[in-house]
Amino acid sequence: MGRYVIRRLLQMIPVFVGATLLIFLMVNVMGDPIAGLCGDRECDPATAAQLRREFGLDKPVWQQYLTYMGNVFTGDFGTAFNGQEVTELMASAFPVTIRLTIVAILFEIVIGITLGVVTGLRRGRPVDTGVLLTTLVVISVPTFVTGLLLQLLLGVEWGWISPSVSSDAPFDELIVPGLVLASVSLAYVTRLTRTSIAENARGDYVRTAVAKGLPRHRVIRKHLLRNSLIPVVTFIGTDIGALMGGAIVTERIFNIHGVGYQLYQGILRQNTQTVVGFVTVLVLVFLAANLLVDLLYAVLDPRIRYA
Amino acid sequence: MRGATHARWAAGAVAVALAATGCGGDSGGSSGGGDSGAVLSSSWGDPQNPLEPANTNEVQGGKVLDMIFRGLKRYNAKTGAAEDMLAEKIETTDSQNFTITVKDGWTFSNGEKVTAKSFVDAWNYGAGLKNNQKNAYFFEYIQGYDKTHPDDGSKQTADTLSGLKVVDDRTFTVALTQKFSTFPDTLGYNAYVPLPQSFFTDHDAWLSKPVGNGPYAVDSYTKGSQLSVRKWDGYPGQDKAQNGGVDLKVYTDNNTAYTDLMAGNLDLVDDVPAAQLKNVQADLGNRYINTPAGIIQTLSFPFYDKAWNKPGSEKVREGLSRAIDRDQITDTIFQKTRTPATDWTSPVLGEEGGYKEGLCGDACEYDADAAKKLIKEGGGLPGGQVKITYNADTGSHKQWVDAVCNSINNALDNDQACVGNPVGTFADYRNQITQRKMSGPFRAGWQMDYPLIQNFLQPLYYTNASSNDGKWSNADFDKLVDEANAEEDTTKAVEKFQQAEEVVRDNMAAIPLWYQNGSAGYSERLSNVALNPFSVPVYDRIKVS
Repeated sequence: MGRYVIRRLLQMIPVFVGATLLIFLMVNVMGDPIAGLCGDRECDPATAAQLRREFGLDKPVWQQYLTYMGNVFTGDFGTAFNGQEVTELMASAFPVTIRLTIVAILFEIVIGITLGVVTGLRRGRPVDTGVLLTTLVVISVPTFVTGLLLQLLLGVEWGWISPSVSSDAPFDELIVPGLVLASVSLAYVTRLTRTSIAENARGDYVRTAVAKGLPRHRVIRKHLLRNSLIPVVTFIGTDIGALMGGAIVTERIFNIHGVGYQLYQGILRQNTQTVVGFVTVLVLVFLAANLLVDLLYAVLDPRIRYA
Repeated sequence: MRGATHARWAAGAVAVALAATGCGGDSGGSSGGGDSGAVLSSSWGDPQNPLEPANTNEVQGGKVLDMIFRGLKRYNAKTGAAEDMLAEKIETTDSQNFTITVKDGWTFSNGEKVTAKSFVDAWNYGAGLKNNQKNAYFFEYIQGYDKTHPDDGSKQTADTLSGLKVVDDRTFTVALTQKFSTFPDTLGYNAYVPLPQSFFTDHDAWLSKPVGNGPYAVDSYTKGSQLSVRKWDGYPGQDKAQNGGVDLKVYTDNNTAYTDLMAGNLDLVDDVPAAQLKNVQADLGNRYINTPAGIIQTLSFPFYDKAWNKPGSEKVREGLSRAIDRDQITDTIFQKTRTPATDWTSPVLGEEGGYKEGLCGDACEYDADAAKKLIKEGGGLPGGQVKITYNADTGSHKQWVDAVCNSINNALDNDQACVGNPVGTFADYRNQITQRKMSGPFRAGWQMDYPLIQNFLQPLYYTNASSNDGKWSNADFDKLVDEANAEEDTTKAVEKFQQAEEVVRDNMAAIPLWYQNGSAGYSERLSNVALNPFSVPVYDRIKVS
């Protein structure tokens, strides 16, 4: 187990370097960010040159990348064009997005798995058909439509929630945005769980457990569910990263100042430091979540062993 | 404060979703005398640069500076005229050397006195290359600028402008490098405000909580999300705030701000999304304002490209201008929040300030036959097709560029005559412009810095001027502008500028499209809401009930 983890951690290094290099190059290809700082006017050449020097943009790209990575390892993620340190932006953005992700993941786990178990055990019944149809609708409607409609109905028409989230973004204000963010994944989780449960319900070990006279809830929880959760856990694990980085649309609709907002702003302003910094952290989250998922396999299914 | 890029208009899908459910707003309610202690909330965008006066060149940061600072002059919110604020008198005998006297009794909100030194120090800071101030060029006419801000970007050899001298506590002199008769009228711009000593001694602390001398003082500032200002009771000026303060909230998407206004969560939205313009009358009724702002949109041409700068090209450009049906586009796409342009300035200048309706004449009138004839006479479209380049990330540029192309194609009976050429981000767009990569007409928006005709002409069309993106150059125009600047009588100066504008017209250096309006919507709690010529709400006049 220990050796496996170390091997995985070592494998992360090339992935990490490759991912950051790619992002760095992509943002760089977009051109000189200084030109966008002076509105519809050409920055006066002296100030532009001074700014380029200050942000290190006058150096060749490979040198910029090396300097940047060197700084990152000492915890210095650079400064955004508005004079704020990127670490400061992260400190304000990540807690908000993490809260949003937690809400979304909870929705996926609680609603998604429950619905999956219920439908998986009642294949072909009206409940199953109904839920299947609903998930189909949820999957096919884009997030921004769900988001805007819920915002309008709950926020403006009925006045149950405030249409935008305040800058503190406490958990209770994030319930609706979290549901919107989770909606598509939630539908997938339901379907995955349903298929998996339906398949395993016919398994020999389930029949044995029932024949032993175990109570039904115990059969489902301890035997059926545990074996059926492996594909679902994989999905939810990789979804953590996707939700954190992919919340741009939801964050925009509900005016949440999280990671999506900072990334969007960074891309518009071609702010290399902000974009690369945030993506670097997201890459780390992805890698960590993936490792965690793989380790969880062993917990769920003792037959899987890592050496 | 330029480039109407602050307008972030989202896609039509949003409009569909919202229109389908028809957000209804109820009318009525009372707007009474107002509670001078009540605080209102207003939509805001994250300023692009640190909130230093000489470093703020866009509307969002400008909004804040306008509340917490007062300069020597201030532009009248209705007429745009420059009126004395902190200036007791500004005297000159030769339009080149000015003696400025500051009024007595003004202080910053931290109690420090506003003196001549407060101005001189602030201007020296703004002109210093090492301070990275993006508005540094506002000081370029002051003597010594070449030392504090060397053109070649080498190290500055002086920290102070030799043209600025403090005479006594309330008097200082300004020596310019050339005659500039309207110089006093430019002093209402944010870059010229005074700064307290704390700005220089503890810069970081100042930036996290700016201190100024305006009717409001900053209460708290959470970067990227909210800035709260409160009425400053000790404010010595006449224009004391009529409300208790303003909470500026950052919105990523102005559609969300509009929704928040509908839900009663927000009091003032100063940028109504394009997608909502159709519903805004039904939603807000008379709580929607749409007033002219000092913004003009034009199409510029790459004069560095031979194809666009040969004898006869001016006919092609004029022909294109006559192929654009401005009335139809401003009506259908902009719902009358733009007015077809008939000169190269803005109606906010007023007749006296130099705005001349119809100066463009026939050249801006839609006439398909004349357009065809002119383009043919001029040797046809270069390459047989024009590509209008624009940035697709902000504003509703795609919609109007497509409409302009449509209009040109229809007028010329040629489906291929004009196509749009979108560029992904504003920064990239600016890059391609500065690197002279434009191959055809491109979008140019101009938001005035101060309401003077000079500001609509010199920066845009003077040889090698900072915003002369097309690199147009004309000796007659340059000569007329120089003469106008030297003219001591304002009326005569304006006449000279208008003659220069006629040179622009005769060469069709840029095609004027339309004047842009500022728009705002507000809640029932507010009254006396107005936008100034810079399309910024006049916050200190707003009454909250």
